[in-house]
Amino acid sequence: MSLAAEVGLQLGRLRLDVSLAAGGAEVVALLGPNGAGKTTFLRALAGLVPLDAGRVELDGVTFEDPVRRVFVPTERRPIGVVFQDYLLFPHLSVLDNVAFGLRSRGTGRKTADGRARDWLERLDLAAYATARPDSLSGGQRQRVALARALATDPRLLLLDEPLAALDASTRAEVRRDLKRHLASFEGIRLLVTHDPLEAIALADRLVVLESGTVTQSGTPAEVTARPRSQYVADLVGVNLFRGAAAGGVLSLAGGGLLAVADAAAGDVFAVVHPRAVAVHRQRPEGSPRNVWRGRAEGVELAGDRARVRVSGEISLVAEVTPAAVAELALAAGGEVWISVKATEVAVYPA
Amino acid sequence: MTRPRRERVPAALGMLAGLGAAFFILPLAGLLARAPWGDALTALSAPETLEALRLSLVASLTATAVSLLLGVPLAWVYARVEFPGRNLLRALTTLPMVLPPVVGGIALLLAFGRRGLLGMLLERGFGITLPFTTAGVVMAETFVSMPFLVLTVEAGLRSLDSRYEEAARTLGAGRWTVLGRVTLPLIAPSLFAGAVLSWARALGEFGATITFAGNFPGRTQTMPLAVYLLLESRPEASFILSLVLLAVSLAVLVGLRDRWLGSP
Amino acid sequence: MRRFFLLALAAVSACGSVPAPVSPDKAGGDLSVFAAASLTEAFKAAGTGFKAAHPGSNPTFNFAGTPTLLTQLLQGAGADVFASADQPNMQKAVDAKLVAGAPRVFATNKLEIVVGAGNPKHISGLADLARADVLYITEAPDVPAAKYAAQALAAAGVKPAPRSLEADVKGVVSKVALGEADAGIVYVTDVRAARGRVSGVAIPDAQNPRAGYLVAEVRAAHNPYGARAFVDYLLSAGGQQALQGFGFTPP
Repeated sequence: MSLAAEVGLQLGRLRLDVSLAAGGAEVVALLGPNGAGKTTFLRALAGLVPLDAGRVELDGVTFEDPVRRVFVPTERRPIGVVFQDYLLFPHLSVLDNVAFGLRSRGTGRKTADGRARDWLERLDLAAYATARPDSLSGGQRQRVALARALATDPRLLLLDEPLAALDASTRAEVRRDLKRHLASFEGIRLLVTHDPLEAIALADRLVVLESGTVTQSGTPAEVTARPRSQYVADLVGVNLFRGAAAGGVLSLAGGGLLAVADAAAGDVFAVVHPRAVAVHRQRPEGSPRNVWRGRAEGVELAGDRARVRVSGEISLVAEVTPAAVAELALAAGGEVWISVKATEVAVYPA
Repeated sequence: MTRPRRERVPAALGMLAGLGAAFFILPLAGLLARAPWGDALTALSAPETLEALRLSLVASLTATAVSLLLGVPLAWVYARVEFPGRNLLRALTTLPMVLPPVVGGIALLLAFGRRGLLGMLLERGFGITLPFTTAGVVMAETFVSMPFLVLTVEAGLRSLDSRYEEAARTLGAGRWTVLGRVTLPLIAPSLFAGAVLSWARALGEFGATITFAGNFPGRTQTMPLAVYLLLESRPEASFILSLVLLAVSLAVLVGLRDRWLGSP
Repeated sequence: MRRFFLLALAAVSACGSVPAPVSPDKAGGDLSVFAAASLTEAFKAAGTGFKAAHPGSNPTFNFAGTPTLLTQLLQGAGADVFASADQPNMQKAVDAKLVAGAPRVFATNKLEIVVGAGNPKHISGLADLARADVLYITEAPDVPAAKYAAQALAAAGVKPAPRSLEADVKGVVSKVALGEADAGIVYVTDVRAARGRVSGVAIPDAQNPRAGYLVAEVRAAHNPYGARAFVDYLLSAGGQQALQGFGFTPP
């Protein structure tokens, strides 16, 4: 049970170049900002967008190989797709929607309806068999879409932003249910999302996609602990730097030096948590090796914390208490001094 | 949805609108007022009338069937396929809507008449003449009415989210299954409206029919032709027939009102 | 203000709505003539002659199948003169009190078989019209020509099956000229008028009915003097010459 996908294609201004492998034991989430190419990648796997280069292979069967002119049309791929806005057929009942895939593949009416009913039972939708999709709630429609995709026993399940169409209040509950259903599915599961919470909650492995290329891949813990792009750093909420390390000093790519405690060398990433950044109005004395001047550009209050954006030779975000903001009058902006202990800088190879 | 507020109509606007309405209502009122209701039954049951009615129904329904058979694929191509010259082709196949029907009849003669481009081949090769036949009537009616169907169905296809068809394909539906179980059912309202519009147009067709198919009771004399010729010999019968045609057209308009005016 | 007035007057004159100088000829002015289709070419020529004889007159013509004209008159269409291709239709006009004075026969016509130019199907007489390879058309039953044709066919004992009933003789002629039909029965004047585009096959006098054309002044005419003058012209040497020039025979 394996998926091996190398997708190279150009669609408008997007150039997609992704290599991804997945097995049946894990749920893979493709995470990235809007426009990164996630949905396009999914559609390419489904055969709705042709490849310019690369190869898609599932369980040893080649679905697509432009060089060898192999292309299995969408309808013959053993896949199930849950679309972002579900795309339930409005003219068919819930039961007919779920049975659609089976009947299209030749299963007789009675058998197909029977299997469809089983799926509806499993997803707690038995009562809605004869209803029309537009009379259901968002969460119910999502489940119907899932049942419809699973009813044909696909070997690859693709989910495009499965929770995006739901409002915040239903999302958490539906997410829990979805996790449960995904766990009981035996094929390869690949979901695509821009919501990190969704990705982290549902996936065993994250693949980060930005502007058509993969910037990072690993378990949610690995990815969040060691961001490799500004996008992930922003998601996690840490300051990310990159530079050349030598002898305890990191020469930052954007200019400036950072003293680090690690004996690292070469091209590295450095992460500084905002908590580890201290803000002063005067140049501080003391042990921190990293001290520099900057300007306070803005303050955001978030509960009992405040985040201060500081610009300067090295720009970053500091997390302080609201009391500190008031005491130092940071909201007014102006010159500040920043200090970070070298031991608070986490360094890892780029 | 909020109820539209009753706006006060400016006097000049109201007068012009009133004139416009009167322009349409008066002729129809005239027809209703002058129709010899007493003789209606005899006029309607006269053999020529019944023949004309029967022929009109058969021909117009056949024309609609042909329009569906050829028009839906054409609409599909216009809506879904990009090819050089598409706009020109679409304009050409919509032309009969604006062309004077007699001109359409002449064009049909020049193509399918005994000396026509194709008609000559048909006569010399197979001994088939199309003018002066019921088939000719169907052809004339199809020529003028199919564009209505194509336009309506094309609009329906364009407004259809093609992702439903993609979803169907991911579920394993082949091209024809997608067409039959997803596309056509989803555009059913447009299909229906287009077919009815096209049928109504075919039913009322005169100019192209009389020019291409001629006029012979039972074979090519449809109701509009009968009305025209009865006008000379038995005007009362022609008034009654006119009323029948009027009633049918009115029914179509009232029934399709919502679709035509484009409400959701 | 005065300048505006003069301008307006000039504009109105330019539109021609200022009446022409009064002519001593009371027959002048617009004249509406409703005439059977078979009179088309002959009446147009007669109209030219009439204008020459009555300067200031403006005859306009409405040509159609006689029954169509009758219906229009019955519905109140404004005509000054009505020329019918047969007696029964004129009688209906008289019975409906549409006619002023007595109708007069001003010309006669004979029937002829019209065939394609060069007679490609080699039609030699009425009997050939019933041939299987001949596509025969005729006029609608109420049109005078159709009734005369029926008489001729009855006299010859031939019963061809027409494939279309056209609204008037001109319709038959044009379909034969186009090659859509092989033969029809129209007047000799029609064949003559379409010379070059069609050929004619004579019908023997024994079977050929004489069609009498009648003309009458319309009772509610706008131009009664003009109507009387036109009728007189038709019966005069000038009018008869015009008519016979197109193949009509004297009354």
